Amino acid sequence: MENMPLLVLILSSVVKILIIVHMLIIGVMIMIWAERRVSGWMQDRLGPNRVGPQGLLQPIADGLKFMFKEDLIPDHVDKPLYVLAPAMLLVPALITVAVVPFGSAITLFGYEIPLQIASINIGILYILAITSLGVYGVVLGAWASNNKYSLLGGLRSSAQMISYELTLGLGIIGILMLTSSLSLRAIAMEQGAYPWQWNFLIHFPAFLAFTTAMYAETNRLPFDLAEAEQELVAGYHTEYSSMKFAMFFMAEYMNMIVGSAVTVTLFLGGWHFFGLENVGGPVWSGLISFGIFFVKTAIFLFVFIWVRWTLPRFRYDQLMNFGWKFLLPVALTSIVVTGTLWIMTGSRLVVGIGNVVAAFIVVSIVAGLLVMNKTPEPAIRDNDQHVTPSALDAIE
Amino acid sequence: MNPEQILFILFGAVALIGAIAVISFRHPIYSALSLIVTFFAQAGLFVLLGAHFVAAAQVIVYAGAIMVLFLFVIMLLNLGTLSVKGAMSGKLKGFAIILGILFAAEGIYIAVNALNDTAVASAEPATESVTTTTYQIGELLFSKYLLPFEVTSLILLAALIGVIVLVKRGNQDES
Repeated sequence: MENMPLLVLILSSVVKILIIVHMLIIGVMIMIWAERRVSGWMQDRLGPNRVGPQGLLQPIADGLKFMFKEDLIPDHVDKPLYVLAPAMLLVPALITVAVVPFGSAITLFGYEIPLQIASINIGILYILAITSLGVYGVVLGAWASNNKYSLLGGLRSSAQMISYELTLGLGIIGILMLTSSLSLRAIAMEQGAYPWQWNFLIHFPAFLAFTTAMYAETNRLPFDLAEAEQELVAGYHTEYSSMKFAMFFMAEYMNMIVGSAVTVTLFLGGWHFFGLENVGGPVWSGLISFGIFFVKTAIFLFVFIWVRWTLPRFRYDQLMNFGWKFLLPVALTSIVVTGTLWIMTGSRLVVGIGNVVAAFIVVSIVAGLLVMNKTPEPAIRDNDQHVTPSALDAIE
Repeated sequence: MNPEQILFILFGAVALIGAIAVISFRHPIYSALSLIVTFFAQAGLFVLLGAHFVAAAQVIVYAGAIMVLFLFVIMLLNLGTLSVKGAMSGKLKGFAIILGILFAAEGIYIAVNALNDTAVASAEPATESVTTTTYQIGELLFSKYLLPFEVTSLILLAALIGVIVLVKRGNQDES
């Protein structure tokens, strides 16, 4: 990248940006279709199958509908923020992908072009920084809507995102220690060709904690309390319609795709797969590595949908307890154990085993403490509390 | 003018406009948002100085965490539009004036120095070597600045424990 003329650099960057952004948008459409079809399949029904073959054109029909719908702005909203909020959610989702390495490199016309839009040496920090901004879109949209259900959704969402962001950040420190680099490309390269060399085995508890936290960050079931339909109508986007609602919707799916891509890079070996990524010449190996990365991300996205219909939604106090009392200790332990064992033995196998054992011990201790200190719950909750949730209920 | 200078002026202007907007807006939510804009512009300035790590930390800590909590509190308390008359009274006014004068003096001092080309000239070479990579920051933190680093972590630990104690006491009062 350093020895490249400026023109080649700019041109290749523009082409990469165009391809990736379009893949993201098309990916969102495919995800919406897949989610509905897979949901239908899991619930033993059909799902949308009328528009186009297998209902494939359904997202386009939905998109057209969103675009031609009246762009309604209710009277009681705070207009500047109401308009700004969907964009503030969508933009972070879009720009996070800039640092994700989605393949090794392609050599074209004598220039080696890395398959990554921006290879910056603080890649993972950039991702943490940008994803932490996504919460503004939710919070501002909720507040600007001037609707109590929206506000409750926004408050829940901000508390949830702040809580799980910690786990998200701490979960990757073990990887950073073993890789000694913050660059996503370096992290992906560090992992070998075979699955047992990938980070998810070395840092298995951290991998689980990170993935769970990512589900919470993307506001997906079982963590979708910000838009729990039974309690809050549609949560923070209750007052939104037409394209603005569609932007919220797209941002959610985009976050899922980017989150999967980041997880694949960090934990699942990036574009490595049994040495298949080195097959072929300088062009083909790049394309194959891109394909491997794409398939891995797609599988991970399928797991997203799978989880949605497997696990029931958390209650709010369960959500907070889970985040602070289980995920956070597990992530912290993984840092201590990884660091200590790596210095002492320098063997990835020992680190991997130690991590699992330590996480098991910590979870047992926490669970034991919780069981011992369990305060008797009130036998029957006051029914009125459920009908009109107050702001205090939402944070407690 | 090279591209870096243009970017510097751009980020500087955005930071200034954001800072002015913080105190000009009547509504706390808009003020908080303006502060976020300023933090972003500052992060841009850090990137221009080659301090990528500091820029990312700025966004993660200030824009990503602290300001979210600010917004959270503002929304939870449902603060309305503030009036200048009500907020500024008596002791607070005197305190604000003293702080303002001190801050203005500091600003003028820096500006005069910058015009005489002493402060700026001495600051420039440092940007190349000191804060370019995370690796160097880590090395400095754990060697030259080990004591301040450990002291800071102790202070943070004390704050953490303090928060837990306060919350615990509040719970006992309730029950």
